[in-house]
Amino acid sequence: MYDLATAALDTARIRGASYADVRVMHLRQRDLTTKNGQVGTLAQSESIGIGIRVLANGAWGFASTDRLTREGVAGCAAQAVSIAKASALAKRGDVVMAPEDAYVDSWQSPFRKDPFEIPLETQLALLLAADAEMRRVKGVTLAETDMQFRKIDSWFASSIGSRIHQRKVITGCGIVATSFQGDEIQKRSYPNSFSGQHALQGYELVESLDLLKHAPVIAEEAVQLHAAAQCPQKTGTLILGGSQLGLQIHESVGHPIELDRVLGQEANFAGTSFLTLDQLNKLRYASDIVNVVADARLEHGQGLGTFAYDDEGVPAQCTDIIKAGQFRGYLSNRETAHLIGLQRSSGTMRTESWNRLPIIRMTNVSLLPGTWAFDDLLADTDDGILMETNRSWSIDDRRYQFQFSTEIGWEIKGGKRGRMLKNPSYSGITTEFWNSCDAICKREHWTLWGTPNCGKGQPMQTMGTGHGASPSRFRNVRIGTAFSEQ
Amino acid sequence: MSVARKSGAAASLKAGATECELRSIVDTVLGLAKSIGVAETEVHVDETISALTRFANNAIHQNVAEHTVNVSVRTQVDQRTARATTNRTDEDSLRAAIEASLSLAHSQPKNPHLLPLPGRQRYRRVNRFIKRTAALSPEDRARAVRRACDLAIKNGQTAAGIFSSAQSQSAMGNSRGLFAAYRDTHAVFSITMQEDPAASWAKENAADVANIDPQRLAERASDKAHRATDARELAPGRYTVILEPAAVLDLVGFLFYDFAATALLDKRSCFNERMGKQVFGKNISIVDDVYHPLQLGAPFDGEGMPRQRVLLVDRGVPRNLVYSRSSAKVAKKKPTGHGFMLPNEYGEAPMNLVFSGGKASVEEMIASTDRGLVVTRLWYIREVDPYEKIMTGMTRDGLFLVENGRVTSAARNFRFNQSILEMLRNVEMMGPAVRATGEEAFEMVVPAMKIRDFHFSEVTKF
Repeated sequence: MYDLATAALDTARIRGASYADVRVMHLRQRDLTTKNGQVGTLAQSESIGIGIRVLANGAWGFASTDRLTREGVAGCAAQAVSIAKASALAKRGDVVMAPEDAYVDSWQSPFRKDPFEIPLETQLALLLAADAEMRRVKGVTLAETDMQFRKIDSWFASSIGSRIHQRKVITGCGIVATSFQGDEIQKRSYPNSFSGQHALQGYELVESLDLLKHAPVIAEEAVQLHAAAQCPQKTGTLILGGSQLGLQIHESVGHPIELDRVLGQEANFAGTSFLTLDQLNKLRYASDIVNVVADARLEHGQGLGTFAYDDEGVPAQCTDIIKAGQFRGYLSNRETAHLIGLQRSSGTMRTESWNRLPIIRMTNVSLLPGTWAFDDLLADTDDGILMETNRSWSIDDRRYQFQFSTEIGWEIKGGKRGRMLKNPSYSGITTEFWNSCDAICKREHWTLWGTPNCGKGQPMQTMGTGHGASPSRFRNVRIGTAFSEQ
Repeated sequence: MSVARKSGAAASLKAGATECELRSIVDTVLGLAKSIGVAETEVHVDETISALTRFANNAIHQNVAEHTVNVSVRTQVDQRTARATTNRTDEDSLRAAIEASLSLAHSQPKNPHLLPLPGRQRYRRVNRFIKRTAALSPEDRARAVRRACDLAIKNGQTAAGIFSSAQSQSAMGNSRGLFAAYRDTHAVFSITMQEDPAASWAKENAADVANIDPQRLAERASDKAHRATDARELAPGRYTVILEPAAVLDLVGFLFYDFAATALLDKRSCFNERMGKQVFGKNISIVDDVYHPLQLGAPFDGEGMPRQRVLLVDRGVPRNLVYSRSSAKVAKKKPTGHGFMLPNEYGEAPMNLVFSGGKASVEEMIASTDRGLVVTRLWYIREVDPYEKIMTGMTRDGLFLVENGRVTSAARNFRFNQSILEMLRNVEMMGPAVRATGEEAFEMVVPAMKIRDFHFSEVTKF
């Protein structure tokens, strides 16, 4: 593959590019789903091609092709240069890139069981068994399960001399029980909503989930929710389960720290950010027990944002985002790093596939563990609501005002978990919310959750991101707003 | 003529394939499948050539082009089916895709409800391929972007947006002789004009790039951004709203899957127990019509069935659903040509919704309003309650207060929590239905609407 990559770099240089980088990528994917005892989707796909990014006349151009011949690649590189020269017709200055060393390396994400080597019969049998367990519960009207597996090889080459091969194996799995009764639809998901848990792991992730144990539990809860009390509308104490807090981090910390968004490059689509450059090292983002990092390194965990090098050839790093409540860092790339006084990119350029331009992306943006045992946290809460498993999420285009709802809630009274609540929701302003955090559970309750469906960019790219979180408590939160006046 | 070649380097389709070239790949796959004894085979071949120029801070910052070809093979053997997809068109890769599909299919239990593949069908011709759109160059896009950015600079504003163009060709066939082909072009210009602390937005989308006027859109966004700079904070509550077509689209777009027969069978549609009842106001009628002159899309579905025009809502009453072959058999109805590619768990959906409109202009709606809000666009819309169809989201890029029949100021953006069912009972006036484009839903033909008692629950900081 490096021969083709080198041919592309040569053509780009000859055509006038001052810098070029190339990604040859081979993506393999398998999707399995069941619904009410029948196999739903059963499909696999593969895609291989090359994406070529060049700087010419001080402006960017990008072209991609699946013609992996010397002729096809050369044509694609020439097209990229031609596009860059067209970009220069509407430029306001030349692109400046932070310096970076050249690397020659090969890396493979660790996994114990290659999911593509596990017999399909085994995988389907597990899903159908979980499906049957859910349907055994009276009142369940829809049982759904799914598994997804991806294997991605990428060969990166750049005109500064990097040659980096990475292989990533990604697994996702989840189950959902839905119940329609009277005038409402309730559902419960395990281990998370929107297709479950996802990680940079092999089939061992699926085996660790114990689907058959949890299937009847969520099925019972989905049916019980119909008779549960409506979540009250009030301002009060909120405890968020880890997976919901992971999405809260994603939306109200991960997106606003993307430097391209801060600089207005996403203004037309994904929006901008309240974290303007003057806020760095000055804003009290959160209470002093809150520490958030963006960490792509393997030692942080096998998350969807874990890699050895980003798609711009920059090694994985850990960046402080919030340290003791203070806002400390953005997600940057080689083009934007100098704008915040950095000498080097923080290594967050990622691409969905060979036919997409790398853009600034979350890696693993995680809330570091605190000190509380979960039982102690409940015991310390006199009056609150525990909410678990996301049902809907929304935040404004500058990432101030958000509203989330979850599948299930429980009243906490006198330090004990009380009655079940349906249709829970909460809302707030990002910095007010994070400054109200007064308890974070410790490492044994911490999970690196995977968000597989983060959309950004035009053309749209879907990317997986990681979010480590443990259950945490927030005070004076607006609760029940989604159903106010309905 | 055969495009597929045996082994070796990838034999790529020439960019901008003809129907004949696509058909030759379909025939190659069907021939290979037959030669290894596959009982039933279906093939989809899709080619896309697209380019997108992206600008921000009054300059182009991303500029991309791509060419993709996908060949997707579904085999069906002994009441089992599965799909394998590749982007390589050499004979070895096509054979590997067939074998992968077979291997997947064999791994599962029999499905007694699986239907045999359909035979030949007849399709209405649609012409949605415009040469000048396909021929749009990076320089053409850059010049239009430059003019829009110059306008922003002249007005002390900052422009961001996209100008894209694409052509796509697709063909499908199966071992029972069915063959269908379609091609179209597609262009989009979208612009956000920022004038601190405000912004506004305009966007158009068409098969023919000549129907898009980037400079007019830039001027509209520029004017609205300027008028939005001095925004008042209003109290949350219920307001009369005038939703521009993009705002209507991004809300009602969330209804589309509820019209799927499979969604009702699965009891996850908001129309369960509501078919034939007066769910919406009598001024609301909705059809799905791929042949409407403002629509795009192929005249056949994922199984190759011809798409039918379907009256979904008649004067506020949901009357009909859309059906795949499978859901039609369960319901003892005829397929309507809305099925997704098999195998899948979702069945079907109407993808070409057309709302009945009215005759009122947005200006007339404003003039008739004592107190209300004009909404340019909505953002980050998500479902809060699937049965009452309560949606949440934000206003964005231009919210304006109307008092005594005229716009008096801009307003800070609101969060809404609003049932779409209730909303479509409260429509007081409508404009002509237009091809609307937003960011949350695919393009549909919808009108601007004046709606009473729209529920805003909270306000944000800008």
